[in-house]
Amino acid sequence: MSDRHLAPDTPELRERWGKFAFNPEWDAKAKAAIARYPEGRQKSAVMALLDYAQRQVGEETETQGWLPIPVMEYVADYLDMPVLRVVEVASFYMMYNLVPVGKFHVQVCGTTPCMLRGSDDIMATCKARGMSLGHTTDDGMWTLTEVECMGNCATAPMVQINDDNFEDLTSERLESVLDALARGEQPKAGTQEPGRHTSEPGGGPTTLKDMVSENRDYRGEW
Amino acid sequence: MPKVTVDGVELEVPAGATVLQACELAGKEIPRFCYHERLSIAGNCRMCLVEVKPGPPKPQASCALPAGEGQEIRTDSEMVRKAREGVMEFLLINHPLDCPICDQGGECDLQDQAVAYGRGATRYEENKRAVTEKYMGPLIKTQMTRCIHCTRCVRFSEEIAGVDEIGALYRGENMQITTYLEKAASHEMSANVIDLCPVGALTSRPYAFEARPWELKKTNSIDVSDACGANIRIDSRGREVLRVLPRINDDVNEEWISDKARYQIDGLTSRRLDKPWVRSKSGKLQAASWDEAFAVVAKADPGSSIAAVASDIVDCETMFAAKKLLGALGSTLLEGRQTGMDYDTSSLAAVNFNTTFAEIENADAVLIVGSNVRAEAPLLNVRLRKAVKRGAKVFLIGPEWDTTFGGTFIGNDLGLVSNLPADAAEAFKGAERPAVIVGGGAIAKGAIPAALAMAKTYNLVRDGWNGFNVLHLAAARMGGLMLGYAQKGGLADIVAAKPKVLLSLGADEVDYSKFDGSLKVYIGHHGDKGAHAADVILPAAAYTEKAGTYVNTEGRVQFAEKAVFAPGDAREDWTILRALADALKVDVGFDSFEQLRDAMVAQVPALGVEALADYGSDLPAGDAAISGEVGYPVQDFYMTNPIARASATMQRCSAELLHGEDFAEAAE
Repeated sequence: MSDRHLAPDTPELRERWGKFAFNPEWDAKAKAAIARYPEGRQKSAVMALLDYAQRQVGEETETQGWLPIPVMEYVADYLDMPVLRVVEVASFYMMYNLVPVGKFHVQVCGTTPCMLRGSDDIMATCKARGMSLGHTTDDGMWTLTEVECMGNCATAPMVQINDDNFEDLTSERLESVLDALARGEQPKAGTQEPGRHTSEPGGGPTTLKDMVSENRDYRGEW
Repeated sequence: MPKVTVDGVELEVPAGATVLQACELAGKEIPRFCYHERLSIAGNCRMCLVEVKPGPPKPQASCALPAGEGQEIRTDSEMVRKAREGVMEFLLINHPLDCPICDQGGECDLQDQAVAYGRGATRYEENKRAVTEKYMGPLIKTQMTRCIHCTRCVRFSEEIAGVDEIGALYRGENMQITTYLEKAASHEMSANVIDLCPVGALTSRPYAFEARPWELKKTNSIDVSDACGANIRIDSRGREVLRVLPRINDDVNEEWISDKARYQIDGLTSRRLDKPWVRSKSGKLQAASWDEAFAVVAKADPGSSIAAVASDIVDCETMFAAKKLLGALGSTLLEGRQTGMDYDTSSLAAVNFNTTFAEIENADAVLIVGSNVRAEAPLLNVRLRKAVKRGAKVFLIGPEWDTTFGGTFIGNDLGLVSNLPADAAEAFKGAERPAVIVGGGAIAKGAIPAALAMAKTYNLVRDGWNGFNVLHLAAARMGGLMLGYAQKGGLADIVAAKPKVLLSLGADEVDYSKFDGSLKVYIGHHGDKGAHAADVILPAAAYTEKAGTYVNTEGRVQFAEKAVFAPGDAREDWTILRALADALKVDVGFDSFEQLRDAMVAQVPALGVEALADYGSDLPAGDAAISGEVGYPVQDFYMTNPIARASATMQRCSAELLHGEDFAEAAE
């Protein structure tokens, strides 16, 4: 797991984020998230609110957003809960960024299935483009993180960039995805294997073949 | 009542018991780190694994598994042995091998259990995890690399203290226990996490590198820093008290003590009076011998014109010895309420915490009149928090303070006692076990009669329940009242009597300027306000240096033992009073501590039994007429008595935690 730590609580940080408040759009979503839980259980919405706060920070900084300490304090205040409990949640989950990230947050899966399918090459490709683990490039575009299993083992190796997954990668395919992103385009998310739609077996089905065209009841044959 | 079998022995366990408790009932020791009787169950250390049938064929965490009918539990099988060895090996992977320099050494759960349940040697050859140092304030020293993530400290601060100040950041192996932004833990019970910590991650900062537990002499005693009478164990080496730990007493302090009770003891070695002093004609105090000091008192020849004022932390024996001395001289001018309070003491039930601390947990409606309970009696605050968790409604009269249990502040006018707002009145009418607590601020404003009237209105004293409570601040108060240390008009009566000699039994809160004409004889242990005003100073023993009887605010009589000797020429208080009797040529009728205690018990039999004194449950009628605002007497929790005021630790706590001064962390 990567080395996570809170951004230091400096006067500059307070200056920049001390006045943070949800804008009307995120505020409406925050209220909706709280409304999902019974009266007095507003704390249950802490994960949603942290996500919203991170996204609003992202919009304001034109990055993927992160959670400065004053923002976490704002969320704690919003939900009337101790700040420490909010920080516990934010520091537990990898999806909450505790330090600033770039415009594109490249999260490379390095868990066993991806590793067997060549995630080392993917990582090397990223590094060859100037990214380094746990850091943001100087132009503020790319942040590289190694993450644990993202649940796309059937289409390994994969990276998650911002809210999209890119699967069945090779070095060349990743290069073209990153190039497209750098040009400001939105490449197709999901599998990059030509002819493949989602995570179906490559080369056609190997089991339950009779169900390809129509439904079939196998139960009699068990 | 499920029946279970533990290692082949069948036994019945209470409904709702866990497998761990069942094993303990069967006399089996179950190793554990995260489980603690007074905290919620976490089940994250996995040390308490046992084999349970029926169930999955794997070891089960016994602390989190309810005991069920017909369970077959094994604590001695090969599976259990291997499971414990495995868990211990994992715990030790990231635990540093720094026992020789760790303050927990010798009383460390991990050390003991590694010896009893671990493998003999390590197989781990990788690097160990290290954790950055955390700051937790002037009392708690941290060495977080030693932490095994049991989360007892987190649960204590959340559940018992009620202030979410300690938490666990990050996850898994990288989890770190910390306070928010490494601020100092500031709850007045915060140091209890040191006792709870099963390893050396949280240790005592003032006691750091002072001693090993096996070098210490352990003495049972009673805390005098507030009127709760917490049961403590004094650990001393030679002539010095090195630390104070709580003793378990479920009726009084459970197993907690306040930070002041724990850390005021370094005040016992500074600002001490260790020889007699006499004020010369020029007005300066000059060192003297005992004979010279006694001669000055004898020369004053008080006759019956002598009075005694007792301090807040003095023991019953000293007060009784002074009473005998005054009695022999023909005086009854005794007073212990130094600040001039003059409430009626004809019925001690009307000035006592009748509900008792253990029972107040069961109250369902509580009115707190003029008391900042957190500062005045932190142990009671813990009980009130439990009561609220069980559904009690708490209403408070007085300026708002930061309660840890919620509660409704209904205003700052004592008139509200006789005229409760609708919601409070409603709650009290419907309550089965209602209680009122009159705190120090309200007593000073004469609120006891109004509270008595309120007790009558809402029928607070009923079958099997007495809901009338007075919360004193002085450890000596109830004992003093039982011994008659109360004048009708309070201290003003003593002032009016213009005594030739004023015996001050360590009284430091008295306004001595009112006693200009008297020879002020100070029998005490610290050079505090009393000694500054005194004409003759006779150095005496502090609470750790003498045996004594203390009565807490519930009327609970408790005995303390002597841990160390008083410094220098200082003597135990009763011997000074006995010698003073000789100097004044009267007979007080005792020559030894035993004779003194026997005489005291003969006069007040309740002081001879370690139990609640029975003051009856008949309360006087009271008087509802009262009004006015109330304030809190304790302005600075860490500075309430002469010992704490002399303590460097308490001074730093006061400066850092209450007055926000910054202390740079010394590099180690």
